Amino acid sequence: MKPQSCVNIKKEWDIVGARQLGRDIAKKVGFGIVDQARIATTISELARNIYLYAEHGQICFEVIDNLEHKGMCMIAIDVGPGIEDIGQVMEDGYSTSGGLGAGLPGVKRLMDEFDLQSEVGKGTRIKAIKWLR
Amino acid sequence: MRIPILKLHNYLLISIQTEIDDQTAIQFQEDLLDKIHKSGSSGVVIDLTSVEIIDSFIAKVLGDVVTMSDLMGAKVVLTGIQPAVAMTLIDLGIHLKNVPTALNLEQGLIKLYQELGE
Repeated sequence: MKPQSCVNIKKEWDIVGARQLGRDIAKKVGFGIVDQARIATTISELARNIYLYAEHGQICFEVIDNLEHKGMCMIAIDVGPGIEDIGQVMEDGYSTSGGLGAGLPGVKRLMDEFDLQSEVGKGTRIKAIKWLR
Repeated sequence: MRIPILKLHNYLLISIQTEIDDQTAIQFQEDLLDKIHKSGSSGVVIDLTSVEIIDSFIAKVLGDVVTMSDLMGAKVVLTGIQPAVAMTLIDLGIHLKNVPTALNLEQGLIKLYQELGE
């Protein structure tokens, strides 16, 4: 595993910055155009969730390269309000922001692995992986 | 950053060439409605050939601007959506069902001619 690079999400423009960096990394890893778009979109959605709900946080990228797998891991971390009902936010069509933020189920479909941990009052950590095929 | 809106006869043409952030998208929405109002245009083509990513927010802004323009009496066609963008949107669960689309600018203009009967 290579060292992580992280982007702070504080301003709206950071959403664009994060997805541009993520797309560059995805290109270098060797992902095709469609997976690059999936990765960039995932980052955009995760970053927007941070910006909308937690105000600030971080998105970190990690390139996974071992004997079995090659891929890219994205971790979104914030110390925001946390998610009360994880089952509910993973339902299609659920939103507290009137459709502004991401459907997390959509993000899950874009990725190969998706892990959501959240604690009310402490924050949220989402880890998503796309494998190179 | 502002997205340029060009007038061609009775139509407005927009080609989105840059990475769009939320603010630019909202500004574009306002600018377009204002331009429709001032120019009295009946048709609009928004070309997305150079757009590499459409996330849920940009999709919502685009979907909304089509509905808003429709309320004002102008028809909007989105053109040139890239294969990767189309696949990503469907994975995300965004179907943009009531949004008229066409393969490219040329087809978009033909669609407007047909629908508006001019």
